[in-house]
Amino acid sequence: MEYIDPRVNRMELPANDDGKEIIESLEEWETYEVFHQKKRGEQHIHVGIVHAANPEIALLMAKEAFGRRRQTANLWVVKTSAVTATDYEDQDIFETTPEKTYREASDYYCMDRIRKYQEEHGIEDRKEERRKKKEVRVK
Amino acid sequence: MYGNAQIDIKEKSKSLIEGEDPVKLAEFEARIIRGEKIEPKDWMPKAYRNQLIRMIEQHAHSEIIGALPEGTWITRAPGFRRKLALMAKVQDEVGHGQLLYSAAETLGKTRESMINDLINGKSKYSNVFNYPALTWGDTAIIAWLIDAGAIINQVTNSKGSYGPYCRALERICSEESFHLKYGHDNVVYLATGTAQQRELVQDALTRWWQPIMHFHGPPDKVSEHTEILMKWKVKMATNDEMRQRFLDEYVPKIWDLGLTIPDPNLKKNESTGQWEYTEPDWEEFKRVINGGGPCNKERLQVRRWAEERGAWVRRALMKPEQKYTVPLA
Repeated sequence: MEYIDPRVNRMELPANDDGKEIIESLEEWETYEVFHQKKRGEQHIHVGIVHAANPEIALLMAKEAFGRRRQTANLWVVKTSAVTATDYEDQDIFETTPEKTYREASDYYCMDRIRKYQEEHGIEDRKEERRKKKEVRVK
Repeated sequence: MYGNAQIDIKEKSKSLIEGEDPVKLAEFEARIIRGEKIEPKDWMPKAYRNQLIRMIEQHAHSEIIGALPEGTWITRAPGFRRKLALMAKVQDEVGHGQLLYSAAETLGKTRESMINDLINGKSKYSNVFNYPALTWGDTAIIAWLIDAGAIINQVTNSKGSYGPYCRALERICSEESFHLKYGHDNVVYLATGTAQQRELVQDALTRWWQPIMHFHGPPDKVSEHTEILMKWKVKMATNDEMRQRFLDEYVPKIWDLGLTIPDPNLKKNESTGQWEYTEPDWEEFKRVINGGGPCNKERLQVRRWAEERGAWVRRALMKPEQKYTVPLA
């Protein structure tokens, strides 16, 4: 058959239907996890994976797949098999994190006590003063 | 570039949830209702895994095969800037294939077996790529309208429930926006050019209208299977809903250029807000998807040729101590 694509006509295309597995197992090599840093000084963030025969090729593949278009300062690749991760099933190990509110700045408020003390002892509230300062700054 | 998932449900069981642990299933469904993403190592029903593998794999194959009809035009693209842009687009599509294969792999099917299944015709890909890009006008219509259809599908699916697929789609969509602009620019250039240029793009539109109408797949049969897949956020909209969104956004833009869409019945019903159209030939769709299109054979032969030609390089780099690890995310 004559194809529309001139390039295809120049190729000697193989028979189509012998059904054999033409890609061997591991022919696409190992997987590497890719970490992308947008700007110097920022965190490296996991963006996906590539297949590669060695770390150098992994970096090259990562550059093509993840350093394309978006701003990039730096890339890391790490063999997937080298990553140790927590299990989502073990979510309970993080459960106390939001409970320990004494570690949060937002859990501390003492203005009510200060106001009450100021009222009782005739100390002027600096709120008005602060408001004026702010106005000056805006101007 | 991809239409809607060709979810042809061949699960033999009467129900997709047959044999699943009811407690785990309830927890799983509750997570999806809460809008949580499912990650590779989480528990998931077998049918969820199978449908997603099939869908993401088909999507990946579509990107790889979709690069072929446009790739053949790189050497013939008019002008240096268009050659560069088309090369970038084709390289994007192949890159999308890589991202999607990775996402499918997290579900447990190796990349090698996906490529083997593509080449041996066991896996499907989007039907439109079994048609040839006869002229430069065709590549303009493909880049604009096929990519537009794909964006509608991909944006919708990026709200789905499987984390790795959603993340891949978000990245893909941001690149597709360039394809759409590039395609539109090409169509507008031809449509506002000489009489010959207008004819070129009008002919291409006429040729591609039926494949475009096929793009989002045949109307879904209402079934229990479809309902479950929509509940699991595997399928995010019906094929007809996607088609309506496409028509609503792009038909006016085509008409803006004074081009003729070869369907005299195409119009928006103002009272229902729905587009009315002549159903495309769904028998033709089935025939082409099952291997009877003008380019099916050539597309797979080219893939096979490329894999066979490159095999010695890949095999030379294999090391006996290498072992496969399912990617993390």
